[in-house]
This record gives sequence, C-alpha cells and structure tokens, in this order.
Amino acid sequence: MIVAVAVALAALVLVSAVWVVTLKNLFRAALSLGLVLLGVAGLFIVLEAEFLAFVQILVYVGAILTLVVFAIMLTAKLQSPSPDVPASRQRLPAAAASLGLFAILAAATWPLGWPKAPSADAVSVAALGQQLVTTLVLPFEVVSLVFVAAMVGAIAIAAPRTPRAPAP
Amino acid sequence: MSPIPASLLLSHALFAIGIYGILTRRHAIGILLAVELILNAAALNFVLLGRFFGQAQAQAFALFIIALAACEAVVGLAIIISLSRNAQTVFADHVRLLRG
Repeated sequence: MIVAVAVALAALVLVSAVWVVTLKNLFRAALSLGLVLLGVAGLFIVLEAEFLAFVQILVYVGAILTLVVFAIMLTAKLQSPSPDVPASRQRLPAAAASLGLFAILAAATWPLGWPKAPSADAVSVAALGQQLVTTLVLPFEVVSLVFVAAMVGAIAIAAPRTPRAPAP
Repeated sequence: MSPIPASLLLSHALFAIGIYGILTRRHAIGILLAVELILNAAALNFVLLGRFFGQAQAQAFALFIIALAACEAVVGLAIIISLSRNAQTVFADHVRLLRG
C-alpha cells in the first residue's frame, strides 16, 4: 500500500519535473513546479516527516510559487514569443550532460550496501525542535540573519530608483 | 530488497532534470524554477537518509534548504524584476553588458 503511494508520488514528481523544464509557456511551467513541490511534500509524509511536509507546502507552494507567478506576470510583456528567439537552446548537449550526470550518480550510489529497513524509529517533531535549539542553534540563527539580509537586499535591488528630492 | 537505491534514483533524476533545465532555459525565471528542482532533490535526499538512519539533524538540514531556497528565490526574482526594468529583457543570454 505505502509502496504504491510512494511510486505514484514519484511518477507525479518526475512527470511534472519534466514539464517544468520543457513547457514553452512559463506560467504552466511554474504551475507544474507546484505539482512537483506537492509530490515531494507527499513523499515527505510517506517518509514520516510530517512537519517538513507542512513547511514545504507552506513555504514553497504558498510563498515561493506565488512570488514566482507574480514575477512572471510582471515581466509578461517582455516575453512575447518571437520567431527569431527560441525558448530553449543547446537541447542535445544539455540532455547528454544531464543523462551522463544521472548515470554517474546512479552508478555511485546503486551498489552501496544499504540497510533493508529503517534502523530507528521515525524522527519526532520534538527531537527536531530540540536539535534546532541545542546542537544546530548557530546555523539556525545564521539562517535568520540570511533571511534579513535577503529581504533588505531584495528591497534595495527591486525598489524603483526615484530621483532624490532636492534639499530645501 | 532495500528501498533506498530506488528512492535515490528518484532524487538523482530530479537533480539531472534540474541541470537540464538550467542548461536549456533562456528565460531567467525558467532557470530559477530549475534551481528549485535541484534544491528539492537535495532536501528529499536528506529526509530519505535521515529516516533510514534515524537522524533528526537530517530533517533540520532539509528545513535549512527550504529556508535558503526562499531567500534565493526572493533575491533572484528581485534581480529579474530590476533587470526587466533596466535592460528591458528577461532572457539570460541577452544580458551581456559585462562581457568583453
């Protein structure tokens, strides 16, 4: 049962990931990215990481995808399809490179001796929270600093350049 | 048979599809979408192996990946908005101001 669910979610993730990189219409590609993110959230639930699944839906689907769709609509007038500007480039070398990379990664991880079953119980949210405020407290705080820096930087980059008012 | 190698194949495939997207997309937002695919593949790997080896820190690192992906998307989209305003283009290979 759980294997069937995992296989279905994996198929959903793979098919919509291919849509993300091949669809010509960028808006549809962004919506397929939403499907990928929901599929990965489902896989997190299968792997008994419920908290991460909710964070994934909240942050990725709720915030990042909305932001991406807004950016696509804001720049829509610049992406008018013209015949001399193809939507993608160097397809064959890129396909060869990514297939080669996939083969290398698969060959590196497939023959390793993996355990047949989980060696421990699922990680509880309490244990995750405890890790975040004890062992990992420094990276946790650094991430919040990065958030502030990204927010200030994004506002500074994207704000319109208004001419400075002359001093009275 | 262990379920780990097959699951790893899924995240490898997600990663390779993301690389393909970065190499082929000309639209800057399309490249950003492909980067999100790659970050998701990494987070999926962390959660999978953390589940099988019983490590809570793996989930914490997947959490950090999601947080940093949010920062990356915000800054990247700000750059694209600014680019579309100043250079009147959203195609990554049209921006060649710094190319000699």
